Amino acid sequence: MAKAAHTTREPVILMSKRGELLPPWKSWGIRVIGFLLSLVVSGIVIMMVSGLNPAAVFATMLDGAVGTTKRSWVTVRDAMTLLCIAVGLAPAFKMRFWNIGAEGQILVGAIASAACMIYLKNLPTLLLIPVMICASLIAGGIWGFFPGLFKARWNTNETLFTLMMNYIAIQLTSFFVALWENPFGSNSVGVINSQNKQGWLPNLLQEGYNKDFGWNVIIVLTVTLIMYLYMNHSKHGYEISVIGDSENTARYAGIRVNRAYVRTIVFSGAICGLAGFVAVSGASHTISTSTAGGRGFTAIIVAWLAQFNSVVMIVFSFLLVFLQKGAQAIASTYNLSQEVSEMITGIILFFLLGSEFFVNYTVHFRGKKVAK
Amino acid sequence: MTIVQLLTLINSAIAFGTVIMLGAIGEILIEKAGNLNLGIPGIMYLGGIGGMIAAFFYELHGGASPVVGLILSFVCSMLFAALGGLIYAFLTITLRANQNVTGLTLTIFGGGVANFFGASLNTLAGGVGQISVPVTSSAYIAYTPLGYMGTFGKLFFAHGFMAYLAIALAIAMRYFLNRTRTGLNLRAVGENPGTADAAGINVTAYKYLAIIVGAAIAGLGGLFYTMDYIKGTWANDGTIEGLGWLAVALVIFATWKPLNAIWGSYLFGFVYWAYLYIPGLSRRSLELFKMLPYVITLVVLIIVSLRKKRENQPPASLGLSYFREER
Repeated sequence: MAKAAHTTREPVILMSKRGELLPPWKSWGIRVIGFLLSLVVSGIVIMMVSGLNPAAVFATMLDGAVGTTKRSWVTVRDAMTLLCIAVGLAPAFKMRFWNIGAEGQILVGAIASAACMIYLKNLPTLLLIPVMICASLIAGGIWGFFPGLFKARWNTNETLFTLMMNYIAIQLTSFFVALWENPFGSNSVGVINSQNKQGWLPNLLQEGYNKDFGWNVIIVLTVTLIMYLYMNHSKHGYEISVIGDSENTARYAGIRVNRAYVRTIVFSGAICGLAGFVAVSGASHTISTSTAGGRGFTAIIVAWLAQFNSVVMIVFSFLLVFLQKGAQAIASTYNLSQEVSEMITGIILFFLLGSEFFVNYTVHFRGKKVAK
Repeated sequence: MTIVQLLTLINSAIAFGTVIMLGAIGEILIEKAGNLNLGIPGIMYLGGIGGMIAAFFYELHGGASPVVGLILSFVCSMLFAALGGLIYAFLTITLRANQNVTGLTLTIFGGGVANFFGASLNTLAGGVGQISVPVTSSAYIAYTPLGYMGTFGKLFFAHGFMAYLAIALAIAMRYFLNRTRTGLNLRAVGENPGTADAAGINVTAYKYLAIIVGAAIAGLGGLFYTMDYIKGTWANDGTIEGLGWLAVALVIFATWKPLNAIWGSYLFGFVYWAYLYIPGLSRRSLELFKMLPYVITLVVLIIVSLRKKRENQPPASLGLSYFREER
């Protein structure tokens, strides 16, 4: 009886993959609708918990993110750091290597930079900064090398491997924070070389106290450009996209898959390490376990939502940082907790992830003819 | 090390272990259905704050019965966590979003929600200062008179009831996964959803249920942490997130077996707290010592992949979305 009913039943909702790709304006339209919906939902949530007028809240957000020149620069700075991590992650993710260890790779890069600032402070800045860049690249690369090697040789699960490497890096950072503690007993490193600013990325546009973050922008955009060329116009980039689509096809085509795995993850880790350098030398001038501050995870979402497209990653980095800064402004203006920013970020990301479905699939309801 | 110190260490190890054991049991259920849920820290956060909110409003309105507070917070905690699981399930199963990315988003979201309410619940309700629910918490911490009976009693009976609940859940999970038809079907879904589908198993329903129930169980880890471990208060220090990742690590360490999670969690707790009792450990080497649980997990992960024993492997389709038309 149940069986007979089963054979005649038609699903209420039928989903199927779209036959051809949507034109860009349509797919981006869907994403924008998803984003607007998420803003509506976060507005309602804010109203419910605080009783504030959402329009005033969004005005506060705008002011908090780009209200003054200084705030705008901080927004740019943080967006650049996030972009650098996302750019680093993209090649690994494109070949379906789940590097969720960016957090750790940033931290070891940051440790390497801070170590150079502390132990090599007698070098001239012109020499010191390149040394720091190299050190952070190498440190991040090493942190990526191990999961890559084990994945290539023994197919060890890279998601879990890189996750553990994060925590090892965090403890390592705590170790160095204790080692470099200044002043003694503060349990923090303090601003390194605050006197002579050795190893700090200098101002680009103007001298003086007000820091612009011009060099951060130049470094990160250069890396982004290099990565764009590497991914789209090099043999390695081509190999990465073939492996990402089908490992067996890649093997059949004579691509040395294992070598590509290790090479790509080392490269990916190195760029994340560089983000650690940008965070230490270009922004905070100190190191702590919160130097990475969850950005290694946020960047994964940036890279994924942008489908590893460099230009789109710039947009998403700015969007996320803008939201965070805005939410922090809400928190301080209306005396709410800072974490409201993570809550809103979460809601918006849920919607953006969900809207990808409507880009790739169509939904039919029962009773309607399926259009061919 | 004296016997008293050893007892204290073992008791802190058990308390610590219970938090991550609950998280790990929930995650084992979810992973056995083929979903790698990196949202466990967020779910544990939601579970913790869910219980906290219920207890807070109960006590705010003059509730004085620990038992009622316990029931309310327990149910509310599971509800919050299950809701987090439902978001994840809807996005990954129905909308086929990537599991890793969705999980990470859930962790960001859950941490945001929990810390937001944890920090501002008191302000929003018109009070001042730190949130605290002593009445409800007392029901979680309470233990029977057996706990006062010497060393033996302190070792085995001086824990809140959730410590025993965690063990019971682990054993029940083991029975469910390995000895029941439904458990077999669930494992089939995690190994090869295509085959399971062909055999007439409703893959979508199994995945949804496994994720929601698993999330509710994992949320209890957060509840135990807020109510028992830190005695009915809230701390915005990100500890639950760290514990959540340890729970994910514990699943690997236990090679997806609930019974291994029991002793594994206590071992993690032991290693985590042992530094307090090692004489002459400087603060620096202490930080290196705290690395141990992660290093051990990493070593286990590597060994498991080297030995390639079939019963120790992760579920074959772990982390992959299933879409019937794409087979």
